[in-house]
Amino acid sequence: MLEQLETQYKDAAAALEQISDSAALAAWERDTLGRGGWLTGMLRGVGQLPAEERAAFGKRANELKVALTGAYEAREELIKAQELARNLEEGQIDVTLPGRPRPTGGLHPSTQTLRQFAHVWADMGFQVFRSREVEDDDTNFTLLNMPPHHPARDMQDTFYTTEPNVILRTHTSPGQIRAMRELGEDGTKPIRVILPGMCYRYEQITARSEIQFHQVEGLAIGRNIRMTDLKGTIAAFARRMFGADAQVRFRASYFPFTEPSMEVDVECFLCHGDGCRVCKYSGWLEICGSGMVHPVVLRNGGYDPSVWSGFAFGFGPERMTMLMHGIEDIRYFWGNDLRFLEQF
Amino acid sequence: MLIPLSWLKDFVDIDIPPELLAETLTAAGLEVDKITYIGVPQTQPAHLHATFKQDVRYPKSDHLVWDREKLLWGAVKEVKAHPNADRLVLAMVDYGADALEQCVTGAPNLFEFKDQGPLPQPLYTVIALEGAEVWDGHSDEPKRMILKERPLRGIPNRSMVCSDKELGISDEHEGIMLFHEDLGHKPGTPAQDVLGDVVLNVELTPNLARAFSVFGVAREVASLLDKPLRAPAYDVVMDGAPIDGHVAIDIRNPELNPRFTLSLLRDITIKPSPDWLQRRLKLVGQRPINNIVDVTNYLTFELGQPLHAFDYDKLVARAGGKAPTIITRLPEPGEKLETLDEVTRTLDPHNILVCDTAGVLSLGGVIGGAETEISDTTKDVLLEAASWQFINIRRTMSTQKVFTDAGARFSRGVHPSQAILGVKRGIELMRQISGGVVAKGIIDEYPLPPETVRVALTQFEIDRILGVHFSAEEAAALLRRGGFEVTVEGETLHVTAPDSRMDISSDPIIGQADLIEEIARISGYAAIPNTIIADEMPDQRPNPAIEREEKARDLLVALGLRENISYRMTTPEREAQLVPPGMASSLPEADYVRLANPISAEKTVMRHTLLISLLENARANARFNERQQLFEIGNVYLKLGKAPLPDEPRKLGILMVGKRGVPGWMHGEESGTVDFFDLKGVIEGLLDGLHIEGASYARAEHTSFHPGRSAQLVLDGQGAGVFGELHPMIARTFGFEDMPVQAAELDLEALLAKTDPLHDVQPLPLTPPVFQDIAFIVKESVTAAQAEDVIRKAGGDLLKGVQLFDVYTGEPVPAGHKSLAYNLTYQTDERTLTDKEVASVHAKIVKLCERELGAQLRA
Ligand SMILES: [Zn+2]
Repeated sequence: MLEQLETQYKDAAAALEQISDSAALAAWERDTLGRGGWLTGMLRGVGQLPAEERAAFGKRANELKVALTGAYEAREELIKAQELARNLEEGQIDVTLPGRPRPTGGLHPSTQTLRQFAHVWADMGFQVFRSREVEDDDTNFTLLNMPPHHPARDMQDTFYTTEPNVILRTHTSPGQIRAMRELGEDGTKPIRVILPGMCYRYEQITARSEIQFHQVEGLAIGRNIRMTDLKGTIAAFARRMFGADAQVRFRASYFPFTEPSMEVDVECFLCHGDGCRVCKYSGWLEICGSGMVHPVVLRNGGYDPSVWSGFAFGFGPERMTMLMHGIEDIRYFWGNDLRFLEQF
Repeated sequence: MLIPLSWLKDFVDIDIPPELLAETLTAAGLEVDKITYIGVPQTQPAHLHATFKQDVRYPKSDHLVWDREKLLWGAVKEVKAHPNADRLVLAMVDYGADALEQCVTGAPNLFEFKDQGPLPQPLYTVIALEGAEVWDGHSDEPKRMILKERPLRGIPNRSMVCSDKELGISDEHEGIMLFHEDLGHKPGTPAQDVLGDVVLNVELTPNLARAFSVFGVAREVASLLDKPLRAPAYDVVMDGAPIDGHVAIDIRNPELNPRFTLSLLRDITIKPSPDWLQRRLKLVGQRPINNIVDVTNYLTFELGQPLHAFDYDKLVARAGGKAPTIITRLPEPGEKLETLDEVTRTLDPHNILVCDTAGVLSLGGVIGGAETEISDTTKDVLLEAASWQFINIRRTMSTQKVFTDAGARFSRGVHPSQAILGVKRGIELMRQISGGVVAKGIIDEYPLPPETVRVALTQFEIDRILGVHFSAEEAAALLRRGGFEVTVEGETLHVTAPDSRMDISSDPIIGQADLIEEIARISGYAAIPNTIIADEMPDQRPNPAIEREEKARDLLVALGLRENISYRMTTPEREAQLVPPGMASSLPEADYVRLANPISAEKTVMRHTLLISLLENARANARFNERQQLFEIGNVYLKLGKAPLPDEPRKLGILMVGKRGVPGWMHGEESGTVDFFDLKGVIEGLLDGLHIEGASYARAEHTSFHPGRSAQLVLDGQGAGVFGELHPMIARTFGFEDMPVQAAELDLEALLAKTDPLHDVQPLPLTPPVFQDIAFIVKESVTAAQAEDVIRKAGGDLLKGVQLFDVYTGEPVPAGHKSLAYNLTYQTDERTLTDKEVASVHAKIVKLCERELGAQLRA
């Protein structure tokens, strides 16, 4: 019996030395040390041996079991290490292959810019106020100090509807009248709102002009709103939007519904003022029209212009988006070509 | 509007470089959008910085700078024949040197002076000496060249008499530039000093009517730079017989024509205008015609007071040989006029006319008539300077579709006080250059002089609006620079506006605002400090409609959809494509907002639905995209009842078509085409994200959709829109043949109104859940919603989750039946459930399903 044990031990130990993969090792373990393995079987059969042989055989069998277990574990370690090395060596993929595409959605660039505006203005206490797009002529023009045949009406080519005196709003400014009348409580409450929305102008559709575009109008009304506040507020907006050192300049201009009126330029954020094609070598980009609310408009909004004052400003989000991303064709915005939209 | 600096300097001294002047004007609201240099160098930014402490940026100009040594004012003293060439001549030019320079030239406009010996009157031009840089006159592309010594047909030649094109003044290269006067400069003077100039292109906003002329801009420059303004000369030499009895004026509508003046110039000679005048007209973009017509144009551009010249003798003839009477009036019905542009016009009832007793002469303030215009044989000129109501002129220009320089000015407003100045300066200039005699006196009918505008402005008001303090005297001084008369009384400024300031209102409040703007503008906006708002903050209000809409957008993007924004104009025909042929329309039963002046035949009304533009977008994108998942949020416009303004409800449109997954390089990962349940998954995801409870789905009755594969979203018993597979006939119309298109149009406002921002959040369970599966066979007609209702009813409180994980038809399930398999989750917070408890609930579920659904248990 003992000889058989020794022989089998030698064979098993030799076989173990030859094993080089996990599957063969597992089979060896099953046949040798496992529950049905020969060594386990022999140990189990100790009882059938003559009593005088039992002690010696049992002792030797246990010794060999310890030895084989040790050898097995060592072998296992070795094989794992070899397999890991092989894995690391052979498991190379072409990392330049594209990833599995994920289905992604996205917001329209105009929405993204509108949100950015709304976010910055909200921080300064200006809440969003939405008003209608199909407007009456009165609210769009006359109440904003542009009576019929006012020369400023020429600046805004208008879409008329078949309903008399109903037009598509040419700017978001009629929202000023509606905001004052809705929120002003007969000219007794201060107001700070922005009025984002779609506007319409009767123009040829070209790379530079569209019949439909967003505006973001702002309006602040109070008992103590001054031109210095307007300048400071716009400058603060520019710093938030274009960087802490953004420079702005204010130029006199004309809008019928503000006085004094001004255009706001920001130092060109593409060339930092050195002059480039986009800013037409002026170093400035025109970003906003603004001014102190005209007394006629205050009056039409229900406020006493000798007590109340206010300022208003207006931005063009599509134009701003075009400047920021070097887009040269405004028709991209409503074209909805996915090859354009997916770049945002 | 083109403003030559040389002309501007007639009226105001300018001691700053043109670039800085342009910047100053731009800052004050007269935007200079281009500076054109003629021969003179551009100012270097470094020079501006060093001398004026200003950093002004402007594009680098690539114009030709005339060499001060080599491009000189020259006098052609004689034109000799070229001994060897008929098509060349030798111009003998005095350019200040000891000897005349002989230039070989082919200029055709010198040929008439050939072989006449020394000319009695020299001709003046610019001579380019050897080494001078000029534009190549023979090149089609702008190309510079350096003049080199080159004999021409055997005659040595090292200089050139220049054409407009060679100097970069215009494209003119037919002949050389020739003047008949020395323009006040000796031969040899650098050409820069004679013809060099800078022209500003100034854009005017409507409030700046006063600056619509060289003198008007000069007035602004004078006030901005605080320099004196020099008025032009208005003296007239009147050597003729008195005008009285030779013409009369009859104004019928003073509110449309408040003033009309006439002056008479007799015995003139029509001829070209002198060089200086022609040159100025060319600088502002006008074509010289003859001395009389040129003066009317010149005054339009110089003073902003348009003039009109009649052939007096034609008027006399029309009056039957008697003294004509000029009548201004509105037209008789059907009256016609042939104007100078050779258009015969049927007059509109509001067109104010200049007439005589025989009929219409001209369209007042806009354009003259053909019959009485100045001709080459005109001997006597009747000169009109009038004033017209600007709104009426605007209407006339727009209804008669005529745009003239005169109309452009009158339609913005010219003060009546200007008429008398215009007629005086005009008639005197005509006299000087046409050899005529001015009749003594001017006929001046002025029935409606405007009131002088006086405004009381308080210092308090200036502070209140501007937020920056000006003393009363400081404010007064700023206003006086613009020609305002101001007296200061304590803290009040009593201001009288000059005639030029028609933009100042006599309304006390508005007038103050107008003056405050002027104070800020003249002091410079840059000088006004920046502050933060100190005023009270308005009450902040919740804005759920807008906040929830943005949340909905975010959710749709997270669900993989791409936002579209489309034109909101369409046509009823485009929208009718959503109705399959022969079927009733399910589109909104409202009228359209119809455009009275559509920009194109494809955009005539405001949309009723978002689906058409989404479909059109998808069709356009289909060429490049196998998979499109789009949404749009926006208004539709429903004209309801008699209300003039439409309802503008907000809608959510969704469109999904093509592959379910994003195609990549691995095989089979696109896994099929989107179907109803992909779309429903998006809608459920949106409802979940918005925390909208209690949505249910009913069969849709909408003809635009597949009748069996579309549903109505129901919220609290109210329909909130429809979604599903578009009717295949509609999909086909948009190019999706055999490709199902999933679409939704939901009532966004109804949806957002149901969101629950305060929805409860469940605590995390402390006890383990027990999972059990159940599968049973039911008839096909049993809906998933019915099955889930029954399971939940039977499961009671212990049943926490019901998850459908398999729907199966086919062997061994009998025909007309389906197998539904659910994952059920049992749990209670009070205790860990025992097997027995679970078994008992599970048995109840099985039983109720058998009873209420006719279910047959599978496992
Ligand atoms: Zn730039």
